[in-house]
Amino acid sequence: MANVISDETMEYVGILAKLELSSEEKERAKEDMAKMLDYIDTLNELDTSGVEPMSHVFPVHNVFREDVVTNGDEREEILANAPEAKEGAFVVPKTFD
Amino acid sequence: MDLMKDTAVTLSEKIRAGEITVMDAAMAAMDAIREKESAYHCYVTVLDREAVLKRAQEVQKLIEEGKLNGPLAGVPAAIKDNMCTRGVRTTCSSRILEDFVPPYTAEAVENLEKAGVVIIGKTNMDEFAMGSTTETSYFGATKNPWNEAHVPGGSSGGSAAAVAAEECIFALGSDTGGSIRQPASYCGIVGMKPTYGTVSRYGLIAYGSSLDQIGPMAKDVRDCAVILDAITSHDRKDSTSVKREGGDFISALINDVKGMKIGIPKDYFGEGIDEDVREAVLKAAKVLEAQGAVVEEFDLGLVKYAIPAYYVIACAEASSNLARFDGVKYGYRTPEYEGLHNMYKKTRSEGFGEEVKRRIMLGSFVLSSGYYDAYYLKALRTKTLIKQEFDKAFAKYDVILGPAAPTTAPKLGDSLSDPIKMYLGDIYTISVNLAGLPGITVPCGTDMNGLPVGLQLIGDCFKEKNIIRAAYTYEQNRGFAMNAPAAAKEGGENR
Repeated sequence: MANVISDETMEYVGILAKLELSSEEKERAKEDMAKMLDYIDTLNELDTSGVEPMSHVFPVHNVFREDVVTNGDEREEILANAPEAKEGAFVVPKTFD
Repeated sequence: MDLMKDTAVTLSEKIRAGEITVMDAAMAAMDAIREKESAYHCYVTVLDREAVLKRAQEVQKLIEEGKLNGPLAGVPAAIKDNMCTRGVRTTCSSRILEDFVPPYTAEAVENLEKAGVVIIGKTNMDEFAMGSTTETSYFGATKNPWNEAHVPGGSSGGSAAAVAAEECIFALGSDTGGSIRQPASYCGIVGMKPTYGTVSRYGLIAYGSSLDQIGPMAKDVRDCAVILDAITSHDRKDSTSVKREGGDFISALINDVKGMKIGIPKDYFGEGIDEDVREAVLKAAKVLEAQGAVVEEFDLGLVKYAIPAYYVIACAEASSNLARFDGVKYGYRTPEYEGLHNMYKKTRSEGFGEEVKRRIMLGSFVLSSGYYDAYYLKALRTKTLIKQEFDKAFAKYDVILGPAAPTTAPKLGDSLSDPIKMYLGDIYTISVNLAGLPGITVPCGTDMNGLPVGLQLIGDCFKEKNIIRAAYTYEQNRGFAMNAPAAAKEGGENR
């Protein structure tokens, strides 16, 4: 296996992905990711110098519209899905003192 | 008279002719679900019988008043559970959305409702459409109606199995790397992924936004064309929706391929393909040749690079798309936490399954500074090269013909232990998503264990009509009827 994922890298990816793995999960994830990256490294056989990266197959443009409200008041329906809501707003954990 | 044996087109004809009512059809579907669901587990949510009946009565009234007369009027159908349905829970087969009830309906589903379709339930899938077997569903696996020890494929496995088991007349699926075509192939039905941008993604819970496309899963090619006609629309709510010419897919249902140029990529028949699959697919090519198509082999090239490029791109997009699940606005929130960031982390770690976490982490990694160029941009450059290979091929051929998958449906439990092996099963479907092309799979026989084999026909962008025409011609001339699995098990002939 060419790629080895360090604990530091896993820690960093955990921060980026907002995921917290158990130590057992972490070991498995390290191995899985190393295997996947080995596999992905086969792309290095291809000479892509001078090739433009293609994010969309067709040219995509921003879609603009007039700044006019088209939807109705759906506050109740939307808040009904919130894990916690109070006085017409989402409740989040305290973020600053 | 078992109404569940009808296609969408024949059932709607009976309804519009007054032979049966929309309520008869809807209740036949609800009865089929009640009878078979314990064996196959195709659905995450089945709609309330009363609600279905009420909707059926509304549609019946509109038909009687002459306000609804299209070819799908009154037909009961199922929707993959990653498409939002107002007032009906939509889970993506994930714990994190277990109780999510959308306040709006996906555009594709709304288009079906306008056509008079009666939605009866939401089908099981791999969690967030990440998987090839429907085994990563938080709600448990779906079984293949041809043999319950086997998977139905994925990620639209619930939709494919529901059509095959006659628990609905047709279903919608979504296809990011083969998620319509591969389960359709494993379950012996017809499935189609249209050109990227053809069907609005508004209300489709995103996995890999640049690859995701909604499409029909049905009993035959005619139904597929009719359904695609109904769900195709230019939608300003989806910025990648294409205002396209060349709709009217029904007009491509022509039993004639004289002079059509069909290319078979040699690279699709190399290592890893089952002998039974190879034989069935090449036999299908002969059928089209006998109908006047010009069939030849060619080198497609770069085939083996599609899967690694796909996983970089799809996981990168997934890591971004799934960032919205944070336990604040909807979905699961962990019961105990210390502060905001701990709440995010615990919610996501408990709410997502293993495969989803694996892909989010890989995606976060390939997008992180220091790796972005080496992995993400490299994959996007590879995508450019793959698209060019297809452009070259379509300069010579109208249709590319090959298998949908290298094997028939694997046994339950066999795939998840080795992710890369599972990913390799998508080798014939994935490049089609990378290049934005349309593809259709049609049953072309069974293997030695009686499991269905699927033929895949790939067209150039916006050339759905070519593949519909080839698929229809094949279906009309293949020389066998693809029975439902129940009939096949009772000794009906498939070959």
